[in-house]
Amino acid sequence: MKILCCISHVPDTTTRIQFTADGKALDRTGVTFIINPYDDFILARAAELKEKNPSGVHVTVLCVGKNGTSSTDSVDANLRKALALGLDEAVRIDAEASDAFFVASQIAAYAKGEGFDLLMFGKESIDYNGSQVAGMVAAMLDLPFISYATSIEPQNGVAKLTREITGGKEHIECPLPLVLSAQKGLAEWRIPNVRGIMQAKSKPLHVLAPVEAKPRVQTVRHEPPPPKGSFKKIDPDKVEELVKELANKGLV
Amino acid sequence: MSAVIVWAELTEGRFKKPVFEALTAARKWADALGLPMWAVVIGDKLPEAIPTLGEYGAERVLRIVSKEFGQFSSAGYARALAALMKEKNISYAILPQTYDGRAIAPMLSIWTDAALLSGVISTPEKTDSGFTARRIAYSNKGIEWVFSAHLPLIVTLKPNSFVPEKSPRDFTEEDFSFTPEAKDWQAKVTHVEKIASDKIPLTEAEIVVSAGRGLKGPENWGLVEDLAKVLGAATACSKPVADVGWRPHHEHVGQTGIQISPNLYIAIGISGAIQHLAGVASSKNIVVINNDPEAPFFKAADYGIVGDAFEVVPRLTEAIRRYKEQHAH
Ligand SMILES: Cc1cc2nc3c(=O)[nH]c(=O)nc-3n(C[C@H](O)[C@H](O)[C@H](O)COP(=O)(O)OP(=O)(O)OC[C@H]3O[C@@H](n4cnc5c(N)ncnc54)[C@H](O)[C@@H]3O)c2cc1C
Ligand SMILES: Nc1ncnc2c1ncn2[C@@H]1O[C@H](COP(=O)(O)O)[C@@H](O)[C@H]1O
Repeated sequence: MKILCCISHVPDTTTRIQFTADGKALDRTGVTFIINPYDDFILARAAELKEKNPSGVHVTVLCVGKNGTSSTDSVDANLRKALALGLDEAVRIDAEASDAFFVASQIAAYAKGEGFDLLMFGKESIDYNGSQVAGMVAAMLDLPFISYATSIEPQNGVAKLTREITGGKEHIECPLPLVLSAQKGLAEWRIPNVRGIMQAKSKPLHVLAPVEAKPRVQTVRHEPPPPKGSFKKIDPDKVEELVKELANKGLV
Repeated sequence: MSAVIVWAELTEGRFKKPVFEALTAARKWADALGLPMWAVVIGDKLPEAIPTLGEYGAERVLRIVSKEFGQFSSAGYARALAALMKEKNISYAILPQTYDGRAIAPMLSIWTDAALLSGVISTPEKTDSGFTARRIAYSNKGIEWVFSAHLPLIVTLKPNSFVPEKSPRDFTEEDFSFTPEAKDWQAKVTHVEKIASDKIPLTEAEIVVSAGRGLKGPENWGLVEDLAKVLGAATACSKPVADVGWRPHHEHVGQTGIQISPNLYIAIGISGAIQHLAGVASSKNIVVINNDPEAPFFKAADYGIVGDAFEVVPRLTEAIRRYKEQHAH
């Protein structure tokens, strides 16, 4: 079984966010970039499947992106981190991830000839929470798409999955190949061990040139969120004041 | 002939709030463009609720009815909407950014050669060369203005960004004929599990009462439930609380949980870690109850009470109950 895990390269949530003077882009100085947390779930699930069947499962990790100038902004370093979980090879498509359509075009072009049985994505990247790339790739390759997957059990060319929906979950059966996007629950996060990290150093990491694709969406500018004034302090013995405030806003 | 269309998602035969928000946004967008606004209903049978779409401004309701649609398939639904957009020459579409809306929109964008603006919080504004809209970026640490000069343009609308407004129209109804293909239903739903159907789903709730490790143990959640009950609120929790099993996982909000933006979020005994805020900071009003005046959550608060949750929360519940009694008609 051939598995593709697509990971995005995003600023750590705990990092301070600042924008360039024109507001067009993130100021990357001093920002630590991590593997998108939802993508950690798919890497962990791929590692589990690989462990169960080391010779029958092959896992490729892919990211569309350029390495930044600092050591905390390296796509290659994040790909190696992913490989350290026991996965087989990595691919970096050497282009700025300008919009979801561009990224999906790269992934679909790469995957087309590779015969993957399972293409896994996170449910969204935590930078813009776009939820776009996975579905676009599925449509480009004309494969079934299961979003918000919380479990997957592939067997003999068919997978059993669960999918989160409003107020519940769906149980799904789907023939492979398929595309999924992961919600929390797909697997427990894993931390690479020392042996994995050492082995990852010598695993293949292919750097490929992008295919032609024209982005359809551009960022005009960023603004800081509307500033929160200082909050109104309510005396714990006078909660009626809070009720009055909330009532004035029509909230109770 | 063109129009702004809305996918009027059916949930168990009904339209829910995100649909009315999408209709409201679409009505405004259509008026700005001088176009009509149409709603598209896809299902295995005709819902009785169709007239409510006219109340929220739809001038035409297009119905795509076939037994296959009784089962959700992102490919199946996207294929039907794509066929409709192509045949009717539609350049503008809005989908609510719900579980299923998020699954359909990217596929639809590919099959209609459209640009997709996802998770926007404003109606697209026309500029000389295209459209701009706002969306939330970097876990609520920024607002991004996105732009596209590409048509068709598909938008998914973040829930709770618009207040549904009625704008009644006389509407017409029309069947759109579409033949589903088996290849789009390869993913088969074998069964659906419902959780606590008597409760308000978190993603739709106007008011959310949430608690964290400060509550000490699951046996104390009665406090939270009581407050939620008088407010008609949904309940939520922080990640560690779900991880240790004090509360079910589907209540976990934050970066790795559910992201919500209710009108009112009440955080009880939650420190306000950045990963928690990532899921709730776009709530319209935030009340923080914490016994540590230095708790980071106060920085994101509109109202704060420094005090012991075990004393403050019952008092607050009682005060709201009294207020509601006095103001009941
Ligand atoms: C990659 C990653 C992703 C994460 N994702 C999430 C996420 O999605 N959601 C999430 O919530 N967390 C997430 N976390 C965890 C997050 O960093 C915090 O650890 C977590 O939010 C803390 O939960 P808490 O506020 O309930 O507990 P604590 O941090 O222990 O805070 C408890 C609070 O209760 C207060 N308190 C104690 N007693 C009382 C009392 N009697 N009355 C009133 N107040 C009291 C304390 O002052 C304190 O502020 C994530 C972490 C990582 C690393
Ligand atoms: N630049 C990228 N390279 C590879 N995969 C990506 C990239 N951007 C997004 N993805 C994948 O698509 C998922 C959804 O991202 P998004 O559509 O940006 O919310 C992510 O969780 C990744 O699995």
